Amino acid sequence: MSGAAKRARLLRVLAPLAVAIVMLAGWQALVTAYHVPVYLVPSPLRVVHTLYADRALLFASLAVTLGVALTALAIAIVAGVAIALVFAQSRWIEMSFFPYAILLQVTPIVSIAPLIIIWVHDTRTALVMCAVVVAIFPIISNTTLGLRSVDRGLANLFRLSRATRWQTLWRLRVPGALPYFFGGLRIASGLALIGAVVAEFVAGTGGEGAGLAYQILLAGIQLNIPRLFAALLLIAAAGVAMFAATAGLSRLALARWHESELPRDE
Amino acid sequence: MAAADLAAEPAVGAPLIELRGVGRTYANGTCALADVDLDLRRGEFVTLVGPSGCGKSTLLNLIAGLARPSSGRITWRDAAAASIRDARPRIGFVFQSPTLMPWARLATNVRLPLDLAGVARKAADRAVADALARVNLTGFAHHLPRELSGGMQMRASIARALVTDPELLLMDEPFGALDEFTRQRLDAELLSLWSAQRFTVVFVTHSIQEAVFLSTRVAVMGARPGRILDVLYIAEPYPRDDAFRLSTTFAAHAHRLSSRIADAGAGELPDAAAGGGRAAARGARPGQASR
Ligand SMILES: Nc1ncnc2c1ncn2[C@@H]1O[C@H](COP(=O)(O)OP(=O)(O)O)[C@@H](O)[C@H]1O
Ligand SMILES: [Mg+2]
Repeated sequence: MSGAAKRARLLRVLAPLAVAIVMLAGWQALVTAYHVPVYLVPSPLRVVHTLYADRALLFASLAVTLGVALTALAIAIVAGVAIALVFAQSRWIEMSFFPYAILLQVTPIVSIAPLIIIWVHDTRTALVMCAVVVAIFPIISNTTLGLRSVDRGLANLFRLSRATRWQTLWRLRVPGALPYFFGGLRIASGLALIGAVVAEFVAGTGGEGAGLAYQILLAGIQLNIPRLFAALLLIAAAGVAMFAATAGLSRLALARWHESELPRDE
Repeated sequence: MAAADLAAEPAVGAPLIELRGVGRTYANGTCALADVDLDLRRGEFVTLVGPSGCGKSTLLNLIAGLARPSSGRITWRDAAAASIRDARPRIGFVFQSPTLMPWARLATNVRLPLDLAGVARKAADRAVADALARVNLTGFAHHLPRELSGGMQMRASIARALVTDPELLLMDEPFGALDEFTRQRLDAELLSLWSAQRFTVVFVTHSIQEAVFLSTRVAVMGARPGRILDVLYIAEPYPRDDAFRLSTTFAAHAHRLSSRIADAGAGELPDAAAGGGRAAARGARPGQASR
């Protein structure tokens, strides 16, 4: 790699980091200078301190929320891809069922969540179901689009070679759909976490299986604002981590050949 | 050289395909082809030239069996008995773009037709190595398409078309997107492959020079509706090389072909005066002569 490329890459990390440092320092300075009470806006140092002091409670909740989100994402991937494969088989099937997938997508999850929580006895299962409902749509729609977006020339080549439906699916449509699938996966990973948090808010489950949303709810009632901020920080970090993981997965799968993952400086 | 010599019909092989009154109208009402008569013989190198939209790709797709004619019929002839046969021959198709699978290495791309036909892996790999060698891509078997130049990708596409050892090779403006130098080199390589194996080629191009350099026969097509207006023989011996490109014979053929295309073009003016020109072009159509 050339020196210029190395510098550019370093800058891509350093620039946002500098922004963060300036903002956090400003925040700390303002809160200290104006003696802002901790139950309104805690200082960044106070939040970090709380994160450490309440680590047992907060990280246990993080594990619960992440568990729900990851389980939901896994189910959304498997079910979403399966549904997309069925949709891609015939226009009729897609035409008949796609409107219902859209219906599920446009109905706000907060309005469905109470029903699901009433109907499903096990709370964790209910939470996972809510998160799946939110996360599955981008997987279905992107993968279906990908399975349909076959290169015309290659499709003709397969027909000319008298390829079976199965051969065309596995050797042409599935590999061709991968970039679309990963595009959907990135969106779905964020949505799965949002779904899990929203469902926890609606369910309001405390005790053993309390997730981060419950900690935020409780901290708000107790005016324990530093803990609320600490929990928020963890949710954001979890979201970023899930996004980074799916982006990394996508790079791993597509880096060799797809435009979206090719290095810029080649 | 006298014009009569230029137009001489060479000896030709056994019949391979007969097109009789073939027409194709698309679902939206576009009449892409009307009443095309054409005989293809074994070992011929036939080039289709004509303005874009005159149905060249449509004709190629019909011959390949990728689409059905709306009228007329396409008949395959058996090699030995010249009798009609049901099975399509092995066809290789080279498209305008290389149409390689971007996720697959070159060997996998070239092996595709064999894999789809269920050929055993060992025999297939041998055929792939052979095909890659024929297009001078030995050593690139494990490269991905994006790691190759446009010309190399096109050669890989030709290797894929040749790997099944086809009787008929259909090529739809294969080198149209390449620079002139690469195009001339690939033309020469294609001719030497064809001379060695004598499959039948139907080749679509925009370039008069390319048509003259490659073909045993050139079909001039016109648009609205798409049809064959004229057929010319390029009765020059093979191998043809760069010296042929520079010869006066080549220039004479190119001149003859461009004037035929211009005549054909005169028949395409949409005004009333064009009626006579079109009739003349039809009357002079030597598609009948080749029957
Ligand atoms: N799938 C299609 N549906 C409708 N019209 C088509 C289709 N494919 C080609 N055409 C039309 O048929 C005519 C011939 O097209 P084509 O065979 O591609 O011409 P060429 O290859 O000579 O440029 C054009 O007018 C084109 O617009
Ligand atoms: Mg075309």
